[in-house]
Amino acid sequence: MGNTAVDIDLNKEIVSSFSGQDFSGAIDSRELALMHFQKLGLPTNKSEEYRFTPIGKNLSKNFTWKTVSTESTIGSIEPFLMEGVEASVVVLVNGIYSSKLSHIKHDKNEITVMSLTDAFKTHEAIVAQYFGKNLPTESDSFVAMNSAFWQSGVFIHVKENTNVEKPVLILHVNDAQNAQVNSQTRLLAIVEKNSSLSVIEKFESVGDNYVFHNFCEEIAVKENARLEYCKVQNDAGKSIQVANTVIHQSATSKVDTFTLTLDGEMVRNNLTIVIDGENCESHFHGLYLLKGNTLADNHTVVDHKKPNSFSNELYKGIMDGNAKGVFNGKIFVRPHAQKTNAFQSNRNILLSDSATVNTKPQLEIWADDVKCSHGCTSGQLDEEALFYLRSRGIPADTAKAMLLYAFALDVLAPVKNESLKTYLDKLISDRLHKNF
Amino acid sequence: MLQIKNLQASIEGKQILNGIDLQVNAGEVHAIMGPNGSGKSTLASVLAGREEYEVTGGEVEFLGKNLLELEPDQRAGEGIFLAFQYPVEIPGVSTVNFMKTAVNKIRAYRGQNALDAVAFLQLMKEKMKLVEIDQALLSRSLNEGFSGGEKKRNEIFQMAMLEPTLSILDETDSGLDIDALRIVANGVNKLRNKNNATIVVTHYQRLLDYIVPDFVHVLYKGRIVKSGGKELAKELEAKGYDWIKSQLADSVIS
Repeated sequence: MGNTAVDIDLNKEIVSSFSGQDFSGAIDSRELALMHFQKLGLPTNKSEEYRFTPIGKNLSKNFTWKTVSTESTIGSIEPFLMEGVEASVVVLVNGIYSSKLSHIKHDKNEITVMSLTDAFKTHEAIVAQYFGKNLPTESDSFVAMNSAFWQSGVFIHVKENTNVEKPVLILHVNDAQNAQVNSQTRLLAIVEKNSSLSVIEKFESVGDNYVFHNFCEEIAVKENARLEYCKVQNDAGKSIQVANTVIHQSATSKVDTFTLTLDGEMVRNNLTIVIDGENCESHFHGLYLLKGNTLADNHTVVDHKKPNSFSNELYKGIMDGNAKGVFNGKIFVRPHAQKTNAFQSNRNILLSDSATVNTKPQLEIWADDVKCSHGCTSGQLDEEALFYLRSRGIPADTAKAMLLYAFALDVLAPVKNESLKTYLDKLISDRLHKNF
Repeated sequence: MLQIKNLQASIEGKQILNGIDLQVNAGEVHAIMGPNGSGKSTLASVLAGREEYEVTGGEVEFLGKNLLELEPDQRAGEGIFLAFQYPVEIPGVSTVNFMKTAVNKIRAYRGQNALDAVAFLQLMKEKMKLVEIDQALLSRSLNEGFSGGEKKRNEIFQMAMLEPTLSILDETDSGLDIDALRIVANGVNKLRNKNNATIVVTHYQRLLDYIVPDFVHVLYKGRIVKSGGKELAKELEAKGYDWIKSQLADSVIS
């Protein structure tokens, strides 16, 4: 396994496409990552981890490895913001941090929000302490590629004992109106002891050319800190996206995540939560509402390394048209992680005969005093319930939307920010009432 | 109001209704009785528009319209209401929101303006009192975790809210203890008037002590084999359905 032949010519093409860029920051780690990428190549259909999601094949077929970043003609980010959600906004256009479009409202004495490239100069010590530590480059092609060639990124640092109320919204806009776009971005966020942070990431793209967005995210949540992390993937048709996100939790920290995937051609989320302290709590929920030919793949890992923690995972999906959903949930409970409570559930509704879902729980438990459960279901809309609503005068379209909304709604539980919750609720409800 | 002529229906290729004729006028209560498997619930389902059933012959006219051409939601808009034998549990949809959508969709169907929040709440309070149902129950997910009695009471509450012209109660007495039965029947009786009609589908005579019918029809093998007044129900209770079966056998021989 994993011993697949690397297409050397393709690799050369990919590597040379990044040449001529300014790669300041993390020179040593870039070289190591490049070496790993040379060895790994793009995943093929023989790569177990990408079995249902042929991203390598898709990229080889549809992506020209010539230019990396192109100029954007986008003048305003207004249409991409979240109505009613008050936040500091950090904008990356075609993978490049835009100081011009970003608008940071937070108090600098509490939180630092800046370009990651700049942080390598101004916050050298802390960046060196965390950068690349939770995302090793030797096993995943995309982590290796990103770590070798990342162009730009965001750095967030919350000081100790600081409750940051307003969220930080990271807006990724890829403008493929004139040419294809290749964005390789990163996030490095540290929430220090007894502090809290809410991060929202939103992905938007415009234009008919292909977008390849490969991003890596490392978030450290220190002792007794709290993180709320929400991701909204709302890309246009020809977008291929790979996200590798690692959240590292220290003792008594609490993490709530919510991942919403709406559109795009192929989306792969690798979300890993490392519970590296006692008495932690993590809730990670996700929802994918897919239609057309969209493929969305959520690979999640929760790694219980220490005792007495609680993790709760709930992912739900609704697939229509030829859409494909993929869910893979790994739960690791290490030998010392006694008294762990870990729950996982994946539920799916298929609205058409040609929509599919592949779901697989993977539990590896080495401790003997734990409570773990998992379950996955896939089925159609409940015809009896639909008839019940219709028999009360509710037309079929509305009845269907009501049932799907009711099915999907509880995934929003980890979202604590009221205005964000309202925004997401409306986004989901509108999507369902538009008849998908 | 309702005219059923020679109605035939099947499910999954199996013929259930073999030619039903029935006329229901405004102000009347009709009871449909019969042994298990006689087609009582099928008749109720076909009238409400349940799609698993295929109508293979006959006609149903409701207030001058061909009922069989209408979607289930259009039938509700026209004034038909089916109280389910097994009300469906729908997690995540509260009865209040469900009723608000239903009331306003039916109003829209009839070309009426939507009720605003205040008017809706007022209507709800009034109807809650009528069927003795608690507000807390209505704020919960529709029927989820409700007892048998609560589910049936919720059906009658919905009926009160939608003010149908024709109500069809499908085995509303099943799973009810005597107190719940009385409350549900009281609700139905309070909703009766000279402009609406009720069809009560039941296996037992018990419910008919509380909802007194004007006509009783006995359904057997997909046909109405005997019709009469309310005393027919009493006779059935005393003699059992075998009495009907043997009568039919005799008539075939003679």
